[in-house]
Amino acid sequence: MQKLVSWIDERLPIVDAWNKHVGKYYAPKNFNMWYFFGSLAMLVLVNQLITGIWLTMSYNPSAEGAFASVEYIMRDVEWGWLLRYLHSTGASAFFVVVYLHMFRGLMYGSYQKPRELIWIFGMLIYLVLMAEAFMGYLLPWGQMSYWGAQVIVNLFGAIPVIGEDLSLWIRGDYLISGITLNRFFALHVVALPIVLLGLVVLHILALHEVGSNNPDGIDIKKNKDENGIPKDGIPFHPYYTVHDLLGVGVFFFIFFIVVFFFPEMGGLFLEKPNFEPANALKTPDHIAPVWYFTPFYAMLRAVTVDLFGLDAKFWGVVVMGAAIAILFVLPWLDKSPVRSMRYKGWISKSALAIFVVSFVILGYLGIVPATEGRTIVAQILTTLYFLYFILMPFYTRMEKTKPVPERVTG
Amino acid sequence: MRKLIFGLFIAILPALGLAAGASIPLDTMEPDHTNKESLQRGAALFTNYCMGCHSMEYARYKRVSDDLEIPAALYEENLIFTGAKIGELMKVSMSKDQSADWFGAPPPDLTLESRLRGESWIYSYLRAFYKDDTRPLGVNNVVFENVGMPHVLVDMQGLCAVEPRIGKGASVDPLSGNVNNADACPEYAIEGSMSAADFDRAMYDLTNFLSYMGDPVKVERERMGIFVLIFVAIFFVFAYLLNREYWKDVH
Repeated sequence: MQKLVSWIDERLPIVDAWNKHVGKYYAPKNFNMWYFFGSLAMLVLVNQLITGIWLTMSYNPSAEGAFASVEYIMRDVEWGWLLRYLHSTGASAFFVVVYLHMFRGLMYGSYQKPRELIWIFGMLIYLVLMAEAFMGYLLPWGQMSYWGAQVIVNLFGAIPVIGEDLSLWIRGDYLISGITLNRFFALHVVALPIVLLGLVVLHILALHEVGSNNPDGIDIKKNKDENGIPKDGIPFHPYYTVHDLLGVGVFFFIFFIVVFFFPEMGGLFLEKPNFEPANALKTPDHIAPVWYFTPFYAMLRAVTVDLFGLDAKFWGVVVMGAAIAILFVLPWLDKSPVRSMRYKGWISKSALAIFVVSFVILGYLGIVPATEGRTIVAQILTTLYFLYFILMPFYTRMEKTKPVPERVTG
Repeated sequence: MRKLIFGLFIAILPALGLAAGASIPLDTMEPDHTNKESLQRGAALFTNYCMGCHSMEYARYKRVSDDLEIPAALYEENLIFTGAKIGELMKVSMSKDQSADWFGAPPPDLTLESRLRGESWIYSYLRAFYKDDTRPLGVNNVVFENVGMPHVLVDMQGLCAVEPRIGKGASVDPLSGNVNNADACPEYAIEGSMSAADFDRAMYDLTNFLSYMGDPVKVERERMGIFVLIFVAIFFVFAYLLNREYWKDVH
């Protein structure tokens, strides 16, 4: 074994790579439970890839056969129901862990210098993940697949001048059809997963270059012992590999409760209208995207005024796009001298709390049908969402921060 | 403790989904896929009364025969009318174009009806027909207004002269088979062969069968789920001990 390793190592630096990224990658010893979600996102990604490959073996990407082939997987393919539920639940689980992972970043300032690139790669992952989920949702070819795609692709039509042609180009047809299904299938199973994996590699390489942040937001590399090892650092393996197993255990317990007992999650993970095949002639009463898109959908619907001769729908698209785009510049909006929420002032703490509450309520408003009152609430919350970012350069600079300790705490 | 809070956080997520509620009041139906007799009676009812028009084209006869413990020979002889082989999909011979002419729309496939509309909706709908001479077929439905379907169960239920009271707490207890509040219809225009309670029980069986067809693997899935969760729990104990052993020397 040793000989084999050294034979390979002379030709490919596997020992170096192992040490750099695992064996001698020194992570702060004070990670708390919020640090599980990165490795859990990786776990879910692997789940999606494996179950996805097996689903592809029995799935038929055509308008005539897609819906029936999903039921064929559910009924006739050995363990097909398990593969499908693992994949559909995995899609939602992916967003759950990614949202919690992002919240961790907001809370402990993990995006701050020198980790701006990590944050940007992470945001790109989030963006690709949304595209991946959106295209994957069309594949079962149910009513909500079809009309959800119709609504979202039509949004591009709101862009002045090029809009109509752009949505036509995306669909490849005048309405969502088998042509759209085929290209979404190609993008969902080949193109986007490749991009996603590439971005994950970049995300981790960038992380391992500068090192992990921690709940105190302290730079552990400032305090090294005589061997050049950070005093507050411990090797990723074995300490965090065994530690992450705990997270995996808790995650799997919750994940499998959903997979085996509530695969539809009350219509949140698998929407009821999707048990009816796509029908271009029959619009469902109420079209709602899957829960992980609903905060942005609520922002889209919150815009109700025409402006500068362009209709409200266009401005809704702009607001929705801006809501995601503004996250990219977050590292440059935070002017605070400290990273972690533990040492920031009360304004930052309240701002983050208001932001999270707004995002969650917007998510709820995006699920339910819009009423006049709800639209007003959505407008207020959308404003709060943006204020969190726009005011950040001011409140992070003026608030009084607490002194940051030299060494990590607890 | 923190993990517990996180678990609870995840657990309340589905509560958000309850928002979009139905506007029509429904009677509740609690399916029981382990009640094989009920499912067998439901299968017989479905085959005899519904399958002339409604297919179950994503499911196979053989699976139903196996799951419901109906011997294959008996099934082929009594429950397949189209001359199909038992391994085939449960299709109907009526053409969709013709049926669209007759009823305004082709009768939908019912394999996934229970997951599309829910068991309570089906149970209520089946019991909600009443006499309405303004409609082409002479009947209307409280749950599905101006429905194109005729009241095919009229010889069993009879025909209610007025709008039946659906959503007033009628239900069949899945364990005892006891019927509560079976008096949805106060006055019949045509008397049926069954009492109101017997008809409710029959509709329970039929709905139960449709529920099973929508999710045939449910019983097996939930049985397996218990073992998976026990496995994960045991895994967690060992992961916890391993983690504690390694982290002993981190201060």
